[in-house]
This record gives sequence, C-alpha cells and structure tokens, in this order.
Amino acid sequence: MPKKNVNDHGVEVMEEILDGYNDKTKKDRKKKLDVVKADDVKCGIVANRKIRPGVMSMRGCAYAGAKGVVFGPIKDMIHISHGPVGCGQYSWGARRNFANGTVGIDNYVPMQITSDFQEKDIVFGGDKKLSNLIMEANTLFPLNKGVSVLSECPIGLIGDDIEAVSRQTSKEIEKPVIPCRCEGFRGVSQSLGHHIANDSLRDWVYEKDLEGAPIEDSPYNVALLGDYNIGGDAWSSRKILEAMGLNVIAQSTGDASMSEIANTSKAKLILIHCYRSMNYISRYLEEKHGTPWVEFNFFGPTQIFKSMRAIAEKFDDTIKAKTEAAIKLYEPQFQKIVEKYKPRLEGKNCMLFVGGLRPRHTIPAFRDLGVQVGITGYEFAHNDDYARTLEYVDQTTFIVDDMNEYEMEKLIENFKPDLVGSGIKEKYSTQKSGIPFRQMHSWDYSGPYHGLDGFAVFARDMDMAVNGPVWKHLTPPWK
Amino acid sequence: MSEKLHIKDHIDLFKNEDYVELFENKKQYESAETAEKVAEILEWTKTEEYKKINFERKDLVVNPLKGCQPLGAYYAAIGFEKTMPFLHGSQGCASYFRSHFMRHFREPFPGSCDAMTEDAAVFGGHNALYLGLQNTHELFKPDMIAICTSCMAEVIGDDLNNFIKNAKDEDYIPKDFPVTYAHTPSFVGSHVVGYDAMIHGILEQMGEVSETKNDKINVIMGFDTYIGNFEEIKRIFDLFGAELNLISDPSEVLNSPTDGDYQMYVGGTPLDAIKDAPNSKSAILMQKYSSVKTKELLESWGQTVKVVSPYGIAGTDDLMMAISELTGKPVPAQLEKERGQLVDAIADSYYWIHGKTFGINGDPDQSLGLTRFIMELGAEPVHVLVTNGTKAWGKECEELLASSEFGAGGKAYPGRDMWHYRSLLFTEPVDYIIGNSYSKYLERDTGTPLVRIGFPLQDRHHLHRAATMGYKGGVQMLTWIVNEILDDVDDKTKDGPSYDLLR
Repeated sequence: MPKKNVNDHGVEVMEEILDGYNDKTKKDRKKKLDVVKADDVKCGIVANRKIRPGVMSMRGCAYAGAKGVVFGPIKDMIHISHGPVGCGQYSWGARRNFANGTVGIDNYVPMQITSDFQEKDIVFGGDKKLSNLIMEANTLFPLNKGVSVLSECPIGLIGDDIEAVSRQTSKEIEKPVIPCRCEGFRGVSQSLGHHIANDSLRDWVYEKDLEGAPIEDSPYNVALLGDYNIGGDAWSSRKILEAMGLNVIAQSTGDASMSEIANTSKAKLILIHCYRSMNYISRYLEEKHGTPWVEFNFFGPTQIFKSMRAIAEKFDDTIKAKTEAAIKLYEPQFQKIVEKYKPRLEGKNCMLFVGGLRPRHTIPAFRDLGVQVGITGYEFAHNDDYARTLEYVDQTTFIVDDMNEYEMEKLIENFKPDLVGSGIKEKYSTQKSGIPFRQMHSWDYSGPYHGLDGFAVFARDMDMAVNGPVWKHLTPPWK
Repeated sequence: MSEKLHIKDHIDLFKNEDYVELFENKKQYESAETAEKVAEILEWTKTEEYKKINFERKDLVVNPLKGCQPLGAYYAAIGFEKTMPFLHGSQGCASYFRSHFMRHFREPFPGSCDAMTEDAAVFGGHNALYLGLQNTHELFKPDMIAICTSCMAEVIGDDLNNFIKNAKDEDYIPKDFPVTYAHTPSFVGSHVVGYDAMIHGILEQMGEVSETKNDKINVIMGFDTYIGNFEEIKRIFDLFGAELNLISDPSEVLNSPTDGDYQMYVGGTPLDAIKDAPNSKSAILMQKYSSVKTKELLESWGQTVKVVSPYGIAGTDDLMMAISELTGKPVPAQLEKERGQLVDAIADSYYWIHGKTFGINGDPDQSLGLTRFIMELGAEPVHVLVTNGTKAWGKECEELLASSEFGAGGKAYPGRDMWHYRSLLFTEPVDYIIGNSYSKYLERDTGTPLVRIGFPLQDRHHLHRAATMGYKGGVQMLTWIVNEILDDVDDKTKDGPSYDLLR
C-alpha cells in the first residue's frame, strides 16, 4: 500500500477505520477519532469513556494508575498490593521510577509487597490478614514512614473495610496508613486511579495535617508535582529549578519521601508537570491553603525556556535574573544538540500514542529536532486534554482517543510513519511492520528525557531509532 | 557530523558532581534516616535474628515468584493456530499479562478482553462478554477464542458456559465458531495452574473422541517459556520418526520475522490436531505441576501418560526411554551421540562446578529439573525455593535432594518468597544462585553471582530463544553456568596472579 499523508487522506482513512466496525462499536468509536487542522479551535473527541469490549485497548486500570503511577514511586512508604498476587507482580519494577536509598531498608520502590489473597480470604474477608501483615511489615521494615493499601478488584467486591483497618493499624504503628480504593474495575482507565489516589492523599495526609521535615520559610519554596522520575526525569528538571534559584521543598511522587508529600502544602507555588495525574491535589491545596499552581513542560528547549520564564514570572527580579542567566547558559548547549541531531531527523513524521500529557507535551521537543507529529492520541485523557492539544498542533493531525490494536494497525499501514512512540504493547508489532519505535512510557529503558540533560538523551535516542541501520535490511536483496 | 557530543544517560549522568550535590541537598526535605541508622538496620537484616522474624510472618508476602492463573492461561492459549487468548475481566489484567510477556519475549503478544467495569460487577459480565466476543471475532478474525477469567469475574461468579451459549444463540458470534473457556481464579494456585486449566479446557471442549486410536503422541510442554525447547522436542521426535501432536506450540508466534509485514497469528497447534488429541494412545507431559488436571483428562481417554523432566543427562534419558517405550522404536544414533556430547561437555567443565553450592528459584518443575542437573555436575543445591511450590512439591524436592550425596545439605522451600530467600542467602550463603531476572536484586544485596535461567527474563536479551531441555539443552545450561562461574573467578582474581588465561 502506498504511503498516505494525514493532510490529504486523514478523513478518508478515518472513514475506512470506522467502516471496519459493527454499528454499535462504530457509533462509539466515531466520537474517539478526529482529524484536526492547524487553525481548528475545537476537537470533536468525547473522551474518558468506557472501552469497547474486545477491541484490544491499550489502557490499564485504576490500580495501575494509583499504585503504578501515584503511590508506587513514594520511596519510604510500604505499598501493599492488596488482593491476589498478579497485579503487584506485573507492575513490579515496570515503570522505572528511580529513587535513591537502600532497597528494603529505607527505599521500598523496587519491591513487590502483597497480601497474596487466597480463596479463604475471598470467602472470609481479608481485614484480619491486612491488619496482621501491616504489623509484620512494620517489624521487618522498621524505617518505613508509612503504609499504603492499594485495593485490587476483589476487595471492593467482598466488602472489606480497609479504612477501618488503616485507622486501627495507623494508631498501633504510629505512622500513616493510607487506604486507597483503586480496584481495577472502577472507572474506565488508569485515570480514575490517579484521582482516587489523589483523594486518598487529600483525606489521609492533608486533611490530617501530617507534618514533614521542618522547612525554612522562603518565598522561593516550590513543590514539583506530577513527575515520576522515570529514568531520572525529576532530577534533571529539579536541576533547572534549582539553577533558577528555587528551593524544591517537595518532589512528588518520583523519588518522593513521605515528608515531601506532607510538605507539599507548605510550598509557595506548585509546579505541575503531569497535570492529568496530579491536578486534583493542586486544586485541593489551592482551595485549602490558597497555594497557587502552574503547569510547565520540560520537554525540549522551546518549551523549557517558555516554562522557565512563565515560572519566573511568578517570582521577583532575583529569580527572573537567575532564570535568564540559566537560559543563557543552556542556549548554546541546546544548540549543540540540535545542530547534531536536527539534520539527521529533519522532515521525519512521527506517530504518538501515550498516556499522561506526553501526546502533546513532547510535540514541541520533536519539532525542535525537525520531526513532525502527524498522528497523536491519549490512552486515558479527558475532554480538556483534547482542547489543549490543539494549542500544540501546527499541521493537520490525526487524533485518536483510547486507540486499540485494530486502529493502530490501520494507521501504520496507511500512513507509514517514520517513527512511532508508544508503549511496550505496541512496540514489537510496529517494529515487525518495519517502523522504528521508541517506548514513550518507560523511555525504552533510557532517559532521562526531561530538562537539558534529558533532551540530549531524547535526541540521541530518536536518532538511534530512525537511523538504525537494521531498518535497511527488511527486504532481502533477492526480492 | 558536527562536534562530538558526550551524551550521558541515566547510567552515568547521575554520578556527576552536580547531581551528587543535588541528592545531598534533597535529603534535608526527606526526613532521611542517617547513614549510620540505615547501615545498622541493613546489618540487622542479615542476621539470624532477622531471619527468624522473617520466617515467622504469616500474612505478608514480599517479592514473590509467581504470577496469577490467567497469565498462564493466556500463554497456553497463544500456542494454538489463529487463536486469540481472551480474558473475561478488567482491561488492566489483560494489559498487564501482555506487557509482562512482551518484556520477556520482546515479541508481540496479542490478547483480548471484555474490559469489565463496575456495572458488570453489579449486573454480571454477560453483556461485556457478548460484545467482546463479537468485536474480537470481527476485528481480529481468529479461528478460535480461548477465554479465561480474572478474579473479578470469579468473585461475582459468572457462568461462562452459559454466556458463550447465549452469545451464539443471540448471533454475536457464529454458532459453529469455536470458543473455549477455563475458570482461572487468581486467588487459587498460580500461573502454572492457570496453564493447566486452559489446556484442560481446550482439550476437553474441542476434543472429538472417536473409536479408532492413532499412534500420535500428545506432548504438552507446560508453562515453558524457552522457545528453543519447542523446536528441540520437534527435532527429537523427527529423529525418532515418532508422530508428535504438540499441544500448544507458541514457538512461531513468539519468534516471527521482522520483514515489514506484521502477522498477528503465526504457527501454533492446528485446531484439527486438538480435535484429534483424545484419539492418541499415549501422551508425554514435560511438566508435572502445570499438567495435573490435563493428565487426568488424558487418562480418562485411556491414554498411557508419561511424565518426564527432560533436563540434564538422566532427565533426558527418561524422555528418550519414554518415547522409545511408547513407539517401540530404538533411541536414534544421533540422539545417543548428543548424549555423549553432553557427557563430554560436562567432563570438560565440571571441575569448576563440582562442590560449588547453589541456590535455585523458579517454577516448580523447572526448579526440580535444574536441581537434578546441577547435582549431575557435582554441585550442591543448598536452597531450592519455589513460591508456587505446593507441599507435595516440597516433598518431591526433598526426595530428589536425598537421592544424591550432593543434595545432602539441601532444603526445599515451598511457598516462600524472595525476602525469605534474602535471609537465607545471608545466613547460609551459597556460591551461586540460579533464577529469573528478579533475582538480580539478591545478586546485588548478597553479592552472590546469578545465572539467569527462568521466567521472566526482562533484563537480558534472547536467552529465551535457547533450548534448555534435551541433551543439547543440557550443553546450553552448562555453558551458562560454567561461564558465569568463570566470569566470577576472573572478577575475583583480576588484581592478582591467578588471573589466568587458561581456565
């Protein structure tokens, strides 16, 4: 099939995809696909809806959002995957949330801690077991600063009272025990899991006014929220914030400590990177403490400089001056990266399908390298995400919500992008189709991708993907 | 190309001075414990006292080595021709299984589900299943759909048999379209039990019993994630000139070429072969604990069922004699030669292995096979730890250890996890450990070099392509083991005169 382009054939391909569905599924999927023009102000997608059964969606569940994203990276808490063994097993170490500390002693991130439910627990309930295992965990891991209880599907079905157990055990171990009702059947994707986890932190940390380490008061105290430190992202971002003269008193939840989680409420400004997964806490803290928050984007020089200046705007001239000095220092360094890699990537077309904000957040970083993103979509976005995406779009773009395996295959077959950025489930089928691929959830075991240091790695990796010599050998010379 | 850029990624970047300072500065906000306190607790976790407390825990599970039933069921299902594994349950489960397998195989792993949500939990999952079957059938055009269940579906007690019947009656899928099912509750057993349930379900529901019996031998590999083993068993049967009916063969779908044309379905056991499975006179099972129900089914069809563990010399000898006995054919000269080649390889290498102590973890059958093999090398298994090992497994393992002078100091640990194992490795250290990628944490914590054999292997590439069974597989495992030992010897001697060229 000859390669098509989105501008000329987007609508036609969209129709073809929809025609492959039965009526009921078509009616639903019609609201999830759109081809937008650069100057469009509205995107027709209705998001955050149920998955159609049987289409091989790429989504995860509420537990994945609560444990895998929000709670899991908090390093000095014990996170209990409460229920059968599988959920904790398959999410063990899978998100690359880097954290400093000694594993099993004061850092529990790379561990799988579970109640490993058996049939008798389903029949008789698991509250007693939960209570006992929290005590056992506190004995074996005495330096823990708290416990989270992350419910898997059966817990919500058998009527266990994890809140009561949490209250009771919290008194006994004299540390926070935070229940989180993130059963996988709740909601339609990971997204509700983020929300539920945010609410758990609200109710069990902020509403209880838990205290972190004493903080020296300063107008420059900020909290960095919604960075999960994948491959060290948050550290690379933090380096820039510190260079701007800011004190990052709390970082969450990547490489976060319980103390930082609690101290987030003491920040003068909250900086939020992944708005999708942690906006609930920002909004709550704004309401409760009047703490303002601002979104930022640390992918690629264009957005990094824009974000640095937007953040500096919230502060006095000292910070503004330091920010400009930092930008001046970074500019030639970014320039070197762009000079090296842009000629190797210029004019390439990329298709993205990822979670969080990356489907729009990384578009400018690709553009900094001369790569156009012509197809993009979110695993678990809400309607506002699609409106926001248009701010980033400067050409006709195919947009998909909750893409499934069938749609992905059709899009690749028709548009044959030069590069696809998506997740592990999409990686190998794409590569077998002869298309270079990067995992854009885990940074394909590389990273960081945030900040200046991250952009260098990002550029290097995209070059490796697109220009790997292997892609020239798909067809044997005798064919 | 422009000026050379020295790009550091996470491997080196965070060792830079600016980051070291950044980490140090961050500690003030962390309420971090002092280095002394961390060191003190770390030392305590290495003690007998800690081990005692650790082994006394009743309810807490830390770093277990097992997956849940539907994971194994998915794996069983993907080995059949144009068959779509299908989960009746939450979307998250299906995504987890697929990711987990893809991180191990680095191959696509198709698998569908009906994405049940809260309303299904309240009203039952039948509507989700109907639509799920319809969409999967229409969009991905399989020849068969094999359903398993998540814990959610099992807790609410959905009746799959009835649901499938209704889906056909109401024309969501054609009446003659094969849909099989297996109940696979995650809160019972582990992935090896789910594998068994799925194979059992498919054979029982698809098998067509006829009057005439045939000479094909049904072979079931069990939850075996070494693609090379499937190739090896086919080769062995070819050499014997024996007829093989390999039930579930994912070796092609999980090893397909990159040629610009992705195919969702490749190879696998043909559906006609499943239908004919009841009519074989005999069967060989390569694993015991992932074939319990299936064995009963095969026996109910009057088949002679042999269970072997074809690892190493004696284990593979058992397989040879089983095939020979069932077919009446002698062991082919080629295989006898390969046996000699394995003995030859062991004779070359065992001086480096003999008397070394080992810890082994993994799935029940694989751990037994490995234990027997390393005793053939003169090594001493000290800890054999299997989270999804039952009491019966523990007994069998103890008997195996007692069968050799090299197993005299060994102990079986059924139902224990990697945190128990950590205590064992501190209080009763061994020279080497054999296990899957999760064991790397123990390698780091205890300084015990790791030989990677097992599932999953997410941190090394292509190991799963090898064969570990048969005489050739024995040579492969021996190679991994002896060279890990030699790497360790080099590492230990690199500053001294024993850094020999000759090993």
